[in-house]
Amino acid sequence: MKNQAKKKGPILRVEGLTKHFGGVTALKDVSFEVGEGEILGIIGPNGSGKTTIVNNISGFIKPSSGKVYYKGKDITGKKPHKIADMGLTRTFQVMRPYYSLPAYKNLVIPLFSPRARRTGGWRGGGRLGDRHTVSIDILEEIGFERDSYIPFKTTSTLPTGYLKRLELARCLSLKPEIIICDEVFSGLSMSEISSMVPLIERLQMEGITIVMIEHRLRELFRVANRVMVLNFGEKLVEGSPDEVMADPQVKVAYFGSEEVEEVMTYA
Amino acid sequence: MDTAHSRKERIDRGIKVRSDGIYALMSFRELSYLTLPRLIFIVGMLSLPLLMPGMYWQRVISIVCIYSLLALSFDFLAHNVGLVSLGGAFFIGVGGYTAGILNSYFGIPPILTIPLATIIGGVFCTVLLLPCLPLKGVYFAIITLMYPLFMARIIEAFDIFGGTDGLIGIDSFSNSWVEQYIVIGAVLLSLFGLRRLVNMDLGLIFTAIMDNDQAVKASGINITHYKALAVFIASAMGCLGGACITHIYMWSGISQFALDFSILPIAATVIGGSGTLIGPVLGCLILVPVSELLRDFGTLRIVFYAVILVGFILFRSEGIMDFGQRKYEQFERQTKI
Amino acid sequence: MEIIVYGTINSVSLALMALGFAMVYGVSRVPNFAHGALYIICGFSCWIIMNKLGINYFFSIFLALAINGLIGALMYRFVLIRVRGMNISEIIGSYAIGLAILEGLRWGGFKGMTYTLPVFMEGSIIIGGVPVDYHRILMMLIGIFLVAMLWIFTHYTKIGLALQGMAQDERAALMLGIDSDLMATLAMAFGAILAGIAALLILPLGNIVVESGYHVLIMSIAVCIVGGLGSWMGAIVAAFLIGFTQILTVVYIGSHFQMVVAILAIILTLILKPSGLFGKQHELEERV
Repeated sequence: MKNQAKKKGPILRVEGLTKHFGGVTALKDVSFEVGEGEILGIIGPNGSGKTTIVNNISGFIKPSSGKVYYKGKDITGKKPHKIADMGLTRTFQVMRPYYSLPAYKNLVIPLFSPRARRTGGWRGGGRLGDRHTVSIDILEEIGFERDSYIPFKTTSTLPTGYLKRLELARCLSLKPEIIICDEVFSGLSMSEISSMVPLIERLQMEGITIVMIEHRLRELFRVANRVMVLNFGEKLVEGSPDEVMADPQVKVAYFGSEEVEEVMTYA
Repeated sequence: MDTAHSRKERIDRGIKVRSDGIYALMSFRELSYLTLPRLIFIVGMLSLPLLMPGMYWQRVISIVCIYSLLALSFDFLAHNVGLVSLGGAFFIGVGGYTAGILNSYFGIPPILTIPLATIIGGVFCTVLLLPCLPLKGVYFAIITLMYPLFMARIIEAFDIFGGTDGLIGIDSFSNSWVEQYIVIGAVLLSLFGLRRLVNMDLGLIFTAIMDNDQAVKASGINITHYKALAVFIASAMGCLGGACITHIYMWSGISQFALDFSILPIAATVIGGSGTLIGPVLGCLILVPVSELLRDFGTLRIVFYAVILVGFILFRSEGIMDFGQRKYEQFERQTKI
Repeated sequence: MEIIVYGTINSVSLALMALGFAMVYGVSRVPNFAHGALYIICGFSCWIIMNKLGINYFFSIFLALAINGLIGALMYRFVLIRVRGMNISEIIGSYAIGLAILEGLRWGGFKGMTYTLPVFMEGSIIIGGVPVDYHRILMMLIGIFLVAMLWIFTHYTKIGLALQGMAQDERAALMLGIDSDLMATLAMAFGAILAGIAALLILPLGNIVVESGYHVLIMSIAVCIVGGLGSWMGAIVAAFLIGFTQILTVVYIGSHFQMVVAILAIILTLILKPSGLFGKQHELEERV
């Protein structure tokens, strides 16, 4: 199903994004586009500015210069909650659930937001039912076993796999049009990842655009339509997974020869 | 029993286990297990003015209730919204002056000034605190500590609203029964109102903001909006107390911005049990009368509750309420290892 | 000319007051709200040692400073150490201790005109048409000397470097074999001694009154907040900023506004730029 996403106009366009932290330049003139319904992977070594991109797009940090357009509208420097309200959601790399609340109450909070009230949540048809019921429905769809005690457990006692799903569920309860996933695979076991991949693919089938920031290259290359490589805050290459893997620049700057071979043989 | 070979074990009482579920209440015994503590508290509060021996102690009850309102607002803000406000005096002062101005300049009777001062004062405090809402932790605590000092200095420096003398000749309540039942009613109403609020979906938003404000932002919710709402609720309660105090003493002055009003509610909250909402009220019921008994010793009573505060922070940070609740719901026994 | 002279003196005394507070916060991240109480208690203990025990002024100064350091260390060892890391408990706890000390002193009858310390040197000279007494000049010199000594201490001695390491990253410092509790106790003791030095330099200019404990606390918070919590340079710059602003308002508006300036400075700084003039960029933490 790779590369089959229809080419529509870009839903998200980033132009010349630059961010300085004091004297450090975290991002330098990064531009890219994300087509509607596409999965874009962003990879790069540690400290290459991946999470900074997410923070800049989602409004948690104001960029030093550059523009971010979402559906043709300029959203640069808008407040995070305004951007989320427009349908651009994100997950956090360091998971941020509400640890003192049970899992299902974690979703009551996004369902309380104006956007969820308008749209009715992930599956809602414009009207939001009882928030607690809706949140348990969403949790079930995303892989929390219904009729078990897991949705009712306090979040601080849940394992990482569920927390990552909870992060996704929070985005989904807003009925998003685009989700930026900040390392949803990291910290998960192989079996947890292999159950996560179909979920991502299903979201794409539903028409949700996804930007994935990852360290797990195998799984990313399996789902992504295009991949962008960052190095030291600059865009190195962009293209289909195969093109990126073949690029000698990427080999030298990022992968190191051994790992590339490993990935290649897998692909 | 030899402690080396045994340990303490805590077991939930049977009724507690059953009443935690939704369908468990089977008998009057179990019903009363749940309602009795609440009933005793409500009836006790309502009958307090009848039990008190004289005018002086009835006045003390009113003061207890006013401090309880402040302590409730502190507890709600600190442990349910995550904004630690050391500015109880700010709320009292604003409410007190609002009621005083309405009464002495416009001649509005106390029955109207109190609700008006509650609303107007709440709005005023919220608007002034609005720019500070993004601040967290120490910064918010320090800035709220500074606000009452600032107000007092401003009134002193510009010599407005009676300057250092304050506003005098304000109407009192028609009689002491009205006075006491108004404040007691206010405490009970805010206590059970807040308990309800905290358990609603709106209360969940507040808890979420305390836990993790970034995630709330990412959920498309404007946190400043909800923080402002919480501050309004808390400051309106403080202003209500301030308005009552103005009418009780028939005077409003700079001392309403005094640090007393900031520190005692915090001490009461720490003693009573933070985050329980009812704990702060219990704390006030204990602390205020004791400090009245020590009134003859002058400033020693401040030393006294400062020391109690430090003691509780160090050795019993859970507070009386959690301790009592544990004893009520569980029993302990020694078991052999 | 008047403004410059008085402004400088005021600024130096503000910097002296705030130095201890800045030091303790900078090293152990404990906002020491008992700072004002430590300041006052040093003044009183010096007075008691000198007048009740009859020890001469010079030695009683050192004794009082030693006692103050001990009080600071004890306060950390027995109280603050248990609420370490819980910012709000630290504030409430240390503020309660300060309150207990100050109100205890007031209850103990330490009020009125009798409590004064003698100035170090009598007489005055005229600088640019403004008479300045020797004590104030001495105070300025000692203040500058103290700042320089502190700078050398933190940059070139082992303990000073350890304290700096703690301020930057406590866990890393722990891994390198720095005992963080010992260091924080030391910092607290130094902070108390600095508060004492400030007290002994400033108090001879007037009476020792309990109220000035609160005053000192607010002023040092103002200086530290404006300068950026945890930043030394910031604290000194902020002391001059607030010092001169205060003198200007006193001269042109009225003496009532002296305190208003400090409180307004705190409020405005926190609203506009919570990290202060020289505070570290918090945005940096978001970067991965």
